[in-house]
Amino acid sequence: MLELYANVVVGGLLLGAVYALIATGLNVIFGVMRMVNFAHGELVVVGMYTAYLFWKLTGLPALAALPIAAALLFVAGYAFQRLLANRFVEAGQHVQFILFIGVALMITGAHAIAFGPDPRPIQGAAGFDVYRAVFLRLDAVRTQAALFALALIAALWAWLKYTLTGKAIRAAADNLTGGRAIGIRIPHVFAIVAGLGFACAGAAGALVAPLFDTQPYLAGDFTMIAFIIVIVGGLASLPGALLGGLLIGVAEALAAALVAPSMKSLFSYALLALVILLRPQGLLGKRSALG
Amino acid sequence: MTNDHRTNANRRRLLASGTASGVLSLLGFPSVLRAQAGPLKVGVILPLTGVLSFPGTATRKGTELAVKMMAEQGRRLDVVFADTESKPENGRVAAEKLIRDGCSVLVGAWDSGATISAAQAAEAAKVPLVVNIGSARQITEQGFTQVFRNFPPSDEIVGKGVDLFKGLLGGSFQPKTAVLMHVNDTFGQATSGAVKGAWEKAGVNIKIVETISYDARARDLSVEVAKAKATGADLVSPITRVNDAILIVRELVKQDYNPMAIYGPSSPGPYEKAFTDAVGKYANDYLVSVPWYDPSRALTKRVLERWSQEFPKDRFELNSGFGWESILVVADAFQRAKSSKPADLHAALRQANIAEHIMFGGPIAFDAKGQNPNIGVPMLQVQNQQPVVVAPASAAQAKAALPMRKWAERA
Repeated sequence: MLELYANVVVGGLLLGAVYALIATGLNVIFGVMRMVNFAHGELVVVGMYTAYLFWKLTGLPALAALPIAAALLFVAGYAFQRLLANRFVEAGQHVQFILFIGVALMITGAHAIAFGPDPRPIQGAAGFDVYRAVFLRLDAVRTQAALFALALIAALWAWLKYTLTGKAIRAAADNLTGGRAIGIRIPHVFAIVAGLGFACAGAAGALVAPLFDTQPYLAGDFTMIAFIIVIVGGLASLPGALLGGLLIGVAEALAAALVAPSMKSLFSYALLALVILLRPQGLLGKRSALG
Repeated sequence: MTNDHRTNANRRRLLASGTASGVLSLLGFPSVLRAQAGPLKVGVILPLTGVLSFPGTATRKGTELAVKMMAEQGRRLDVVFADTESKPENGRVAAEKLIRDGCSVLVGAWDSGATISAAQAAEAAKVPLVVNIGSARQITEQGFTQVFRNFPPSDEIVGKGVDLFKGLLGGSFQPKTAVLMHVNDTFGQATSGAVKGAWEKAGVNIKIVETISYDARARDLSVEVAKAKATGADLVSPITRVNDAILIVRELVKQDYNPMAIYGPSSPGPYEKAFTDAVGKYANDYLVSVPWYDPSRALTKRVLERWSQEFPKDRFELNSGFGWESILVVADAFQRAKSSKPADLHAALRQANIAEHIMFGGPIAFDAKGQNPNIGVPMLQVQNQQPVVVAPASAAQAKAALPMRKWAERA
C-alpha cells in the first residue's frame, strides 16, 4: 500500500509542476497588468500543436520543441499586447473578458480547421520509459516535463528578481504611476510581460504534448486548472503558483487513489472553495492583489 | 436614386421570397415534396467532433462507402450528416434538424445517450430511426415505436462474450481474481453492471476484487492503473473506448503490471488502428468480445476489398461495419417500400429479413421492440497488431495466445 501511495503522490507532484508552469503564465500577466487571460488554455494548446508538428516533421522528441514553442508564443504575446491588448489595460474587466474570450474562440476554431477534431498523439518507444528509484516508478516523460517546468519557473523568478528589465516589470506591477514617473516604457514592459505569459503557456504545451493527446478542445480544461491553481496559490504570486500547482496535482492524485478516480476534479474545486472561504487572497497571495 | 430604389425593391423581394422559403422549410413542406420526388433522404447522426470523433468518423466512412456501393446497384440514397459533438443531449437537436430538412429516415447516433435523445425526436415526428451503434438496453425498452436497432444490447454482448471467455480458460490460463475498470458514462455503467451479472450467470469462477470507474474525459489513468495493480488481480477487464484503452495499456507497461490477460467485454477500442498504432507491440494479446464482421462471407470480402481501395490507411472494424450495415438496412427497406414516406419505410423495416450482410450472426430482422436478436459476438484478440477472431472455434482465424506475454519479454 505504501508503494501505491508513494507512487501516486510523486506522480501528482510531477504533473503538478507542469500545471504550475501553466498557472505561472496566467499569474505573471495578472500580477503586472491586472488582466485575466481567458485564452490561456488555448495558448497551451498552441504549444502542444507546435510540439506535435515538430515531432511529426523531424521525428525528434517533442521536448526539443520547447524553445520553439516558447519563442513563438513570446513573439505572439508581445505583438498581441503591443498592437491590441495595451488599449484594453485600463478598460473595464467585462471589456477585457470579451477580448480574451474572442481570442480563445478564434484559436480553438483555427485549431479545429487546421488539424480537425481528432486527438493527435505523439507516439514513440520513449513514451513507455520509466525511472526506477527504490519502489518508486517515475514516468520518464512526466519526470522530464516536471524538471523542465521547475527549471523554467526558477529561471523566470531569477530573471524578474535580478535583471534590469525584471526590476522594471516589478516596479510597474507595484506602482504603475511611479513607474511612468521614473521613465519606464510601460507599453513595452506590458508587451514583454504578455510575451512571458504566452511563452510559459507555449512551453508548458510542449511539455504536456507527449503526456496528453493534442486536440483543440483541451483548452478549457487547462484554463480552468490554471485559474484554480492561481486562486489557491495566490493571485500575482509566483511561489503561490508553484505551491498551488503541486497541491492540486497531489490532491487530484490522492483523491483518485483514496476515494474514486471519477471524483478527482471535485477535490480540486473543494480545495478552491476552502481557500476562498478561509484565505481569499490565496495561500501565498497578498490582500492588495485582490483589490 | 431610381436605380437604388429598384435595387432595394429587388433585395426586398429576394429577402421576402428567401424568408418565405425558409419558413416553409421550417414547417416541413420541402420534406413532403422531396420525400415523394427524388432519392431517399437519410439523416445520419454521429459524434463527428469531440471525444468520440474517432469512432464517429470511422462510422461515417463505413456509411459513405455503403451509400456509394448501394448507388452502384441503383439504390440511390441522399445522405445528410449531423454532428452531436459527442454530447448526448445533442442527439435530439440533430434529429429535429434533419427531420425539418426533409429526411424520411434517420440513422444514428453511435452512443447510447445520443441515441435515446434522438429517438425522442424520431418518435414525436413518426420518422424511423435505424440505430447503427448504441448498446444500452433501454434504447429498445422504453416503448419507442420508431426505433430499429441493428446492434446488440450491452448485456447480450457481455453475456455472449463471457461464455466465449469461459471456453478459453484451462491449462496454464486459470485466473482467480479480476479487476474491472470502466468509463463512467451511460455505456460504461451499463456494461460494467452487465459484466457482474454475466460473470455469475456463466459460472465463471473468477472473483471481481475491485471495480474502478473513471471520467470519460480523463487524460491520465496512472492512478487508476496503480489502484488496479495494488489489487494484484490476475485479470484486468477494462470497459473502454479507444483513448482510454491506450492510456490503460501505456500505464500497465510503465507500471510493469503483468496480468494473465486483459479482456474487454463489450469494449470498443482495442481493435481500432488508432489503438494498435499508439501502443504497437503492447497491443498484442489484448482480448475483446464485440460484434464484428464475418470475414468468411462473400459480401464481407467485397466490402473489405472496396474499403482498402477507398480508405487504404484505415482499418475496417466494428464502427465502419455497422455504419455500412445501417445503410444496407435503410436501402433494403426503401427498395421494398417503393416509397420514401416515413410510414411506408417503417412498415418495410418491420418486415426486414436480410440474409446477405457482413456482420456476424443470422439474418437482419427486427422483433416487436425493434431489436435485431440475431447478431453474433465473437472473441477477438490483437495478434501482430491486427484484431483476429479467436473464438468461437467455428469462425476462428487464429488460436488465442494465453496467458499473455509479459511486457518486458516482447520483442
